[in-house]
Formats: sequence, structure tokens, C-alpha cells
Amino acid sequence: MFVLVEMVDTVRIPPWNFQRQLNDAIAEELNKKLANKVVYNVGLCVCLYDITKLDDSYIFPGDGASHTKVNFRYVVFHPFLDEILLGKIKYCSQEGVHVTMGFFDDILIPPESLQQPAKFDEAEQVWLWEYETDEGAHDLYMDQGEDIRFRVTDEMFVDTSPTGPAAAETPAQPGQSTAPPAEEVVEKKEAPYTLIGTICDPGLGLLSWWNS
Amino acid sequence: MEVKNANAAMLSNYEVFKLLTDLKEKRKDSGKNKNSAGQQNLNTIMYETLKYLSKTPCSRQNPEIVKEFLTTMMPHKLTKAEKLQLLNQRPQTAVEIQLMVEESEERLSEEQIEELIQTVADVLPGDPEQENAAPADAEMEEAVQQS
Repeated sequence: MFVLVEMVDTVRIPPWNFQRQLNDAIAEELNKKLANKVVYNVGLCVCLYDITKLDDSYIFPGDGASHTKVNFRYVVFHPFLDEILLGKIKYCSQEGVHVTMGFFDDILIPPESLQQPAKFDEAEQVWLWEYETDEGAHDLYMDQGEDIRFRVTDEMFVDTSPTGPAAAETPAQPGQSTAPPAEEVVEKKEAPYTLIGTICDPGLGLLSWWNS
Repeated sequence: MEVKNANAAMLSNYEVFKLLTDLKEKRKDSGKNKNSAGQQNLNTIMYETLKYLSKTPCSRQNPEIVKEFLTTMMPHKLTKAEKLQLLNQRPQTAVEIQLMVEESEERLSEEQIEELIQTVADVLPGDPEQENAAPADAEMEEAVQQS
């Protein structure tokens, strides 16, 4: 679930932190920069593990801060493919079942990866598994907040770093552009790191399904 | 920033739990001084991760238990990732073992799976509340709560 990642970075320590231990000041700067952030193709950063190497610090003309090249190791949430994880159902939608682990939210189990046959209940906005027994089908609901076990099948990293303004498709014409811009603003925020899961195997799905 | 090795090592949940608990203590000791400004991100992820991990079996493990577990797993010829998952999740049923061990039908006989479940249950401490609190377990729970 968690991995160690080796990284190198140049850390800037402002002069008012010079009275502190260099290690502590650097650890704090690194945590400030990386904690709870997704690094592209690496995963969700949790906290600093240790500093492995400190180069000499430099002070450049015109800036009182010191710059130090640091080799360090960071704890990162990055489950491997086919790993089994536990989470809670956040909510269900047409796209599938959305799962959260508390510190990480962007987990989706698409409809084709649910226990089959699966059905979406429009009225209650919930997915259910039409489990067949000898006495007929049982509807097993996947309610919000239930504990769920799933297998990681895929991961998606999206580069969400800011881009330049969209190509000038709509040259602003006076007195015309009032409604369209509003829509663009509402454009959905894309998750930088999404896990795709499956529960289409015996033992996967709500914990209560397999306890009895 | 440069990433030298995106997967230097895998960490068990216990290691992360220990690291975060220690870090939290350290930050509490140093008090809420001016240095903690701008660390909301760290505080958030620390709180959320600890909340998640404290509900998993790793909150009742310690280095000796982990070591003993890995030693007893030697004869089973499992991969590192498989052992890590067993350690993190403490499976109690055959169906869970089959999920975590790849091609378990070919690699493990039914007796071996039973044996695995037994070792996992013996070596790794379970949830005392769930297991109707054997006296030894109850003590452990207190220790966990106090810490």
C-alpha cells in the first residue's frame, strides 16, 4: 500500500529559519511542499521518511536564503496492481461505485467490475448485486458507508498542472459573452490520481457478504 | 525536483503507523509554535492516515511480531507482496487467502491454506473486541489505548 520513494530536491531555507537545526528546517520545508500532494506517476505523498544526503548550502546574490541540495526518502501511497485494499463506499453513481479510504478518495469501481449481475437502482441511487440462490434472487445493496474490499486493477495519473489559456476559440465579442463563460468555470475538477478497482471475484465486495 | 527511484522499498502498514505516531508526538511536544504554520497539509494527511491505519491490524503489531511473522512465513514460499498483504490485513478465511495469493489453487493445498490461516491468527494479534477479549489481549488493548 505504501512505498518509499527516493527523491532529490533543492530546498530553500529563508533566513529567519537559520537558527534552527538544518535537518529540521529542511524536513519541514519538504513536508510543506509534498505532504498530501500527488506527484505525477509516483503517488500520493504522505510524509518524509528520512534525509539520506545533504550537499553544501549556497547563498546566492540578491537572496538571503540558503539553498541546499537534499537526497531524501518519502513515504508515498501507491498500491501495486492487484493489491487488495479495504475502503468505505463514498457514494454510488451511474459511473460505478466510488470508494474512499479516508486519506484517499479517488477510487472508482466501474459497473462492469461489480459482482455480476449488477443493477443500478435509480430511485435510491445505489448499486445492487442480484445474488442468485436456490430460493431465488437476493438483492444485495451496496449502501453508503459500508466497508468494502476491492482489488486494484488500474491507476490513472492526470497532469493537472496549470495550462495556458485555452486557444482563443471564442474571440470575445462585445455584448455577447455573458452565459458561456459560466459553464466553463463549472467544468469538473479532475482528480490527479485515480485508482480503478474491481470486486468481481469471490471474497471481494462488502465485508458483510462474506462473513456468514 | 527529481524522482530517483519511485519504488525503493515497500512499507508495511505498521511502519507507516509507527512513523506517523512518532511524528505526531514530536510535533505535539514542540508545541504549537510558529514553526507549524503552513503545515496544514501534513496535519490533514497525518490525521486521516492514522485514522485509517488505527482500524487495521497494524495498530496491534510491533517489530518483534513482524519479524516472527516473516520467519514463520519462510517455508510457505510466498512473494514479498503476498506476505506484505497477509501482514497488513491479517486474513482469517480461506477465501481471503485465495485473493491475496496469486494462483493459490496451484501453489497451495487446502491443508496449507488452513495452516496459513492458523499461523496468521497465532502470530498476529487480532482485534480483542472481536475475539471476545482473552485476558492477554485485553491487557494489550489497554496498552494501545494508553499510548
